[in-house]
Amino acid sequence: MTNKIINSGSELPSCGGVGGGSSFSPPVEGAGEAAISVQHISKSYKEVQAVRDISLEVQKGELFGLIGPDGAGKTTLMRILMTLLIPDEGHATMGGFDVVKGYKKIRKIVGYMPGRFSLYQDLTVEENLNFFATVFQTTVAENYDLIHDIYVQIEPFKNRLAGKLSGGMKQKLALSCALIHKPEILVLDEPTTGVDAVSRKEFWEMLKKLQAKGITILVSTPYMDEATLCNRVALMQKGKVLNIDTPRKLVENYTRKLYAIKSKDMHRLILDLRSYEKTDSAYAFGEYLHVTGKNDEVEASEFENFLLKKNHTELQVFDNEPGIEDVFMELMNE
Amino acid sequence: MIIIFGLPVIQLLLFGKVINTDIQNSKIAIFDQSHDNTTRKITSKLLSSGYFVLGQEMQPGDDVEDVFRKGQVKMVVTFGPEFEHKLERDGNADVQLLADASDPNTARILTSYASGIISDYVKKEKMQNLQLPNQINTEVRMLYNEGLKSVYMFVPGIMAMILMLISAMMTSISISREKELGTMEVLLASPLKPIQIVLGKVTPYLLLSFINALTIILIGVFFFGVPIKGSFILLMAESFLFILMALSLGILISTIAPNQMVAMFISVLALMLPTILLSGFMFPIENMPLPLRILSHAMPPRWFIVIIKNIMLKGTGIMFVWKETLILMLMTFTFIALSIKNFKIRLE
Repeated sequence: MTNKIINSGSELPSCGGVGGGSSFSPPVEGAGEAAISVQHISKSYKEVQAVRDISLEVQKGELFGLIGPDGAGKTTLMRILMTLLIPDEGHATMGGFDVVKGYKKIRKIVGYMPGRFSLYQDLTVEENLNFFATVFQTTVAENYDLIHDIYVQIEPFKNRLAGKLSGGMKQKLALSCALIHKPEILVLDEPTTGVDAVSRKEFWEMLKKLQAKGITILVSTPYMDEATLCNRVALMQKGKVLNIDTPRKLVENYTRKLYAIKSKDMHRLILDLRSYEKTDSAYAFGEYLHVTGKNDEVEASEFENFLLKKNHTELQVFDNEPGIEDVFMELMNE
Repeated sequence: MIIIFGLPVIQLLLFGKVINTDIQNSKIAIFDQSHDNTTRKITSKLLSSGYFVLGQEMQPGDDVEDVFRKGQVKMVVTFGPEFEHKLERDGNADVQLLADASDPNTARILTSYASGIISDYVKKEKMQNLQLPNQINTEVRMLYNEGLKSVYMFVPGIMAMILMLISAMMTSISISREKELGTMEVLLASPLKPIQIVLGKVTPYLLLSFINALTIILIGVFFFGVPIKGSFILLMAESFLFILMALSLGILISTIAPNQMVAMFISVLALMLPTILLSGFMFPIENMPLPLRILSHAMPPRWFIVIIKNIMLKGTGIMFVWKETLILMLMTFTFIALSIKNFKIRLE
C-alpha cells in the first residue's frame, strides 16, 4: 500500500500531543497480581499460524484491550484463554488456574461473549437469561444488581425472540448473559462489531461501570478509537503482539511528525502524495489524509508546494496530533 | 412438530397402502392343452382363490410373448397335454408357470401362490407322491401371516425406520446445530458437564420417539389390524431400548459432524438407506449376496425388526428374543462409549 522510499530514522523526536480523551487509571486493586497471564503462547490451524509467541499480563480489575485487524489472532487468543482451544506452545492462566489443566475451574469464574451472537435465537430475551442463569447454577434474581443497568435497557423487549433484536440489543443481552454468574473475569470478543455508534458508546460505558465493580475485563476490537477507552492495550497484527502499553504512552512514544492534509480531490491527493519522494506514508483518516515525511525534517510547506504544483485546490496542510491509529499504522510498517 | 408427529403416520399409511406386495385379482392366462377334469378343477381353484382372475384363455398357436406384451396378464399357467392321464399313470404331470418377471417381486409371489394352490390341490385330491415342476416355495412369513398381509411386515419396518430417523437424525442435527450457531461455544465455556449438555439435547427426542413408537403401534393395531400377541410391556421396553440405541448413535454422529449439513448427510447415508435396504424390512436378507448379508448384522434395525415381529406376530416372550435384545444393548453401550470418548470438551 505504502510507497516507502527510504526508512531513515527520525533524528528530531518531536513530542506529539496526547490523542483520545481518556485518562489512564491505574489498576484498581491488587496491583502486581495478574488476573490473566499469557506466556509464549503459540497456536496454529493446519498451515495458518494464528498466534505466535504471545506474552502478556492483565492485572486484576484492569480493562485490557486487544486491538488489531481481522486475522490478528485476537479470537484465537481469547479461545485459548477460555479453555476452548489448547495452545501448541506456552502456557497461560486465568484467575490463577491453568487454561489446560484447570479448565473446569476457569469455566466457573469467567464470563465469555463470543464474537458472533451465540444465544438461542428462538428463545425470548427473558428465556435466554434464565437459561444461562440455570447453566451457571444461579438465578437471575441472585445477581440482578450486576446486570440491572444493562438489563433495564432491554427489559421492554423481554418477550421478544433474541433473534429479532437489533445488533446493539443483542450485544446487551449477550453481555447480561455473560454476567449472570458474577464472573471475576469477563472476556469479550469484538463486542461492538456491527453495532451502531451510539450503542458502542453505551456499551463501553457499561464496561467502565463493570470495571468499577472489580471485574477484570479483556476485550478485543478492530476499532482503534475504542483503544483509548482501555487501561492498557495490546496492538496485534498477524498473530503477533506489536506493543503493549497504555494508550496514552503508546501515543506519547509516537515520535514522527504528522500532517493532516485535505484537498478537493482526495483520491488524486492520496495518489500524488504516495508518489512524492519525500512522503513516507499517507493514509486516509476521516476527511483528512495523515501523512508522514520520509524524515521529520520535511516541512508542511514542502508538501504544500508540491501539491500546489499538482494543481490541487482548496488545499489544507497542517500539523496534526497523532492518535492511536497512527501508532498502529507506524508499528504495522515496521 | 407436525413433521415429527405427522411423518410416522403418513409413512405408515403410505407404505401400508401404496407399497402393497399383496396380490389381488391379478390377471392370468390359462393354456390348457389337455382340457380334462383335473386341469379344469385346478383352474377353477386358482380362479376362485381371489388372487387371480382369468385374463385370457389361450389357444394353441397363441404367442406367449404377445400375451405378456399386452401387459394385462401377469402369469401364464400351461398344462401339458394329457395332464390327468399322465398324472395317474406316471405320477407326474407338467404344469408350467410363466411369470412376467419385469416386476420380480410380484412374479415371485404369483408363482409361489399358484404353485402352492396347485400342489395343495394335488395333495388333497390325488394323494400321490407327485413331482411338480415348481417347488413349493414356503416363505417364513406365510407361517405367521396366513393372510399374507404385507402390512404385518411393514409395521415393524416402519417403526424401526421412523425411530431411527427421529432419534438418530434429529439428535445429531440438533447437537450439530448448536455448533453451527455458536451456542455450543458458550455452553462449552460454561461449567456444564458434557453429559448435561447431551442429556439436555436428547431427553426431548427420547420422549418424542416414544410417542411415535406408540402412535405407530396404535395405527398398526387399529388401522391395519396387526395383532400384538405378546406382551405389550415387553414390546414397549424393547422399543425404548431401540430408541436409546438410536439416540446414542445420533450423539455419536454429532460428535463427528461439524455442521448440520454433514450430520444430515451422515444420517441419511449411514442410517436411512441401510435401514431400508439392509435390515430385511424391504428385501429379504436371505436373498442378499454374502458381503451384504454380513453387513446387515451391523444394522441395528435388523435385530429390532426380528424382536418386534416375534413379540407382535408370534407372541413370544423375552426368552426368544434375548439374543437380539442383548445385541441391541451392546450396540447402545458401544455407541455411548464412543460418543463419550469423542465428545470434545473444547472447540476443535
